[in-house]
Amino acid sequence: MANPQNTAALPRNAQSKTTPQANSMATIAWIAAWAVPGLGHFIQRRWIRGALIMAAIFVMFFCGLGMQGKVYSFNTGDLLDILGFIGDLGTGLLYFIARLMNWGIGNIHRAVADYGTKYIVVAGLLNVIAAVDAYHIAIGKKQ
Amino acid sequence: MTFALSHFNAALIFAVCASVVFGITQRNTPRDMFKYGAYCFALFIGGVIVAAWAMWLIKH
Repeated sequence: MANPQNTAALPRNAQSKTTPQANSMATIAWIAAWAVPGLGHFIQRRWIRGALIMAAIFVMFFCGLGMQGKVYSFNTGDLLDILGFIGDLGTGLLYFIARLMNWGIGNIHRAVADYGTKYIVVAGLLNVIAAVDAYHIAIGKKQ
Repeated sequence: MTFALSHFNAALIFAVCASVVFGITQRNTPRDMFKYGAYCFALFIGGVIVAAWAMWLIKH
């Protein structure tokens, strides 16, 4: 059962952020952050955080491709392949650009290419964390 | 364009990028972000070095 005192104990900025405008900003923020790494922070004027997140995720993604890492496509086969696809999907538009450009589908010639595959998956997972952070900023849970 | 990184360089780049995102997303103030990012980086690299020595000891 909800306790009115708990609601009253919320920070003032958390209460004031529950307007429709704040809700739409929260939705836009996490979608933008997922689609383009760092964009969710940019649209909330967190320039340095956005730039650092964008740089980190772009470096990981393109280093992964440079190491001949694999970009997973949709599949219903091996569980690890399914999880790899979900992780890759976290990079947002980068994933779809990679698929359109046929990046990350060549044969693997060296052992370090497996690191590249992991780089791409982890770039997606880090982008999901960054999107959640952008959402928390938008709803006032974080500064 | 393809390139080959050594295992350590690959781990180093991974640690830097992951630490940056962890630092920014898991703390609230810039000072705490920097400290937590540095902490994560140290743990990543420390883990790599410890694992490398452990594998060396197992082999020998």
